[in-house]
Amino acid sequence: MMARRSAPGPLEYLRRWPLRLWLAAVGIFLYAPLIALMVFSFNDSRRNVVWQGFTFKYYEKALNNASLIEAFVNSLTIAAVSTVLSLILGALAALALWRFRFPGKTGFDGALALPIVAPEICLGVAMLVFFAKVLPWPQDLPWPLNLGAIIIAHVSFCFPFVAVVVRGRLASFNRELEEAARDLGASEWRTLKDVILPHMAPSLVAGAFLAFTLSLDDFVITFFTSGPDTVTFPVKVYSMVRFSVTPEVNAASTILILVTVILTAAALKLQGDPASTEGGHAARDRNPKRH
Amino acid sequence: MEQHWKSAKGLFGAVLGPPLFWLVLFFLIPMGIVWLYSFGENRGLTDIALTGTFANYLRALDPLYLMIFAKSVGIAALTTLICLIIGFPVALAITFAPPKAKTWLLLAVMLPFWTNLLIRTYALIAFLRTEGYINQSLEWVWNGLGSAVSVLGIGVLGPFEPLDLLHNNFAVVLGLVYVHLPFMVLPLYSALDRLDTSLIEASLDLGAGHLRTLLIIVAPLALPGIASGVVITFIPALGSYLTPDLLGGPDSQMIANIIERQFKRANDWPFGAALSFLLMYMTFIAIALQALMSRRPRERA
Repeated sequence: MMARRSAPGPLEYLRRWPLRLWLAAVGIFLYAPLIALMVFSFNDSRRNVVWQGFTFKYYEKALNNASLIEAFVNSLTIAAVSTVLSLILGALAALALWRFRFPGKTGFDGALALPIVAPEICLGVAMLVFFAKVLPWPQDLPWPLNLGAIIIAHVSFCFPFVAVVVRGRLASFNRELEEAARDLGASEWRTLKDVILPHMAPSLVAGAFLAFTLSLDDFVITFFTSGPDTVTFPVKVYSMVRFSVTPEVNAASTILILVTVILTAAALKLQGDPASTEGGHAARDRNPKRH
Repeated sequence: MEQHWKSAKGLFGAVLGPPLFWLVLFFLIPMGIVWLYSFGENRGLTDIALTGTFANYLRALDPLYLMIFAKSVGIAALTTLICLIIGFPVALAITFAPPKAKTWLLLAVMLPFWTNLLIRTYALIAFLRTEGYINQSLEWVWNGLGSAVSVLGIGVLGPFEPLDLLHNNFAVVLGLVYVHLPFMVLPLYSALDRLDTSLIEASLDLGAGHLRTLLIIVAPLALPGIASGVVITFIPALGSYLTPDLLGGPDSQMIANIIERQFKRANDWPFGAALSFLLMYMTFIAIALQALMSRRPRERA
């Protein structure tokens, strides 16, 4: 408390004004567009930046726009299903790499990193070609089966991220616990279920959050896999933005931003354990893909 | 110790099987097909004959496409440089912030990162376009100035000319910096956070200024982190599709836009496949360079 009044220490860079100014400027740069977007979704004027009064009418319009709602529901459905599949596949891949020695392990490890580092456009065209030539996805399937191609594409780039996060967590597992469980008569499966899985839990939360946001965020890969009747929210917004900038898009975007913020808060609360958060950061750090 | 797979075949198969199956069928095979197509030729409207030709790669050497490659690399490099200049002080401030402020600052850096890319790009469009927030604000200031000028009788200010902020290379670089800044800050932070602060303190005690300490002590020690930040920013910037598409003008096309055109409009899949594998190889080269950069300091130690 005393230190607060003294001159800043040599390494307290945060207390030096040039750096504070810099941080403030960067903060404005990062947040001003998003905040302006949210604020003007409530402005009672189509074109003006001058505040004309508070209104919910663009939310009403957005919520009555059937194709926008359909795209929104599609996006959430795809993200939810992709997250579950990615979580299972990612956790299994992490377990395999952590637990076993096997021929071709380096190759599998390297191949698993490919979807993370490959440029999104390359993945997108690969999926386009695959679903055009190898596995043509039927056009007129009932919902949600018509989303299958997009879900498959999303799982392909999401589950390696989950594997990275879970593997980071498994590295801190004390293998003596497993040996103790085995000595006490637990089977392989039982040990996996009752000893290793609880240890993995925080990283599963982090991985699920990562997979969900990656899937919800994706535009390029979806753009290449989606048909005319399987539009997701980003693809819909893209086609709207191409024509004009309208407050309805502001309103819809605000809703999605709020969903993201709530999810982030929930994920941070659920994780609690800092070790798993680190895994999450490491994975995001490793995410050199994305646009 | 890791277990040999033969000692628990059932468990091993159950654990490795599904992810391996998925990775091969839904990633490696699609990629492999694109790779094969890059050596193919169009036959008719939909058929592609795999003739083992290198013509698609040779076509990429056409000055028109070479220029686009060069321009994409230039834009990505400029984006990376600006991100580094903006991001380094931010990472430094976060590293030496008190624990509570640190958590919030990190969260503040990451939150836009988790926000939908399309929404962020759209937010920028709303700012930059001709009737956007910036031009409308400027017009308001201009009109205010204009009436002040005419009241004072100095002269008459002409009508407001909106600035062309959107649909040019400036907007593309701005958009890329906006989107990729967190990619730079996070690895820089994790490198700086691991730094031995006593070295910095020693340098400061011995009379070196802050700038000198940064350049001579901090920057070399944080080099692996800087290298990974640079690569993590450069790779997605190089392959970006959405930002040049929405913010750029007709002359700001990047590699990804050309690839998209081959697949969706020009319907020249073999050429598009060759272009996307060239982009893949450039990505691998960038990663290999980073691996080299981050290994060197460890070898010296």
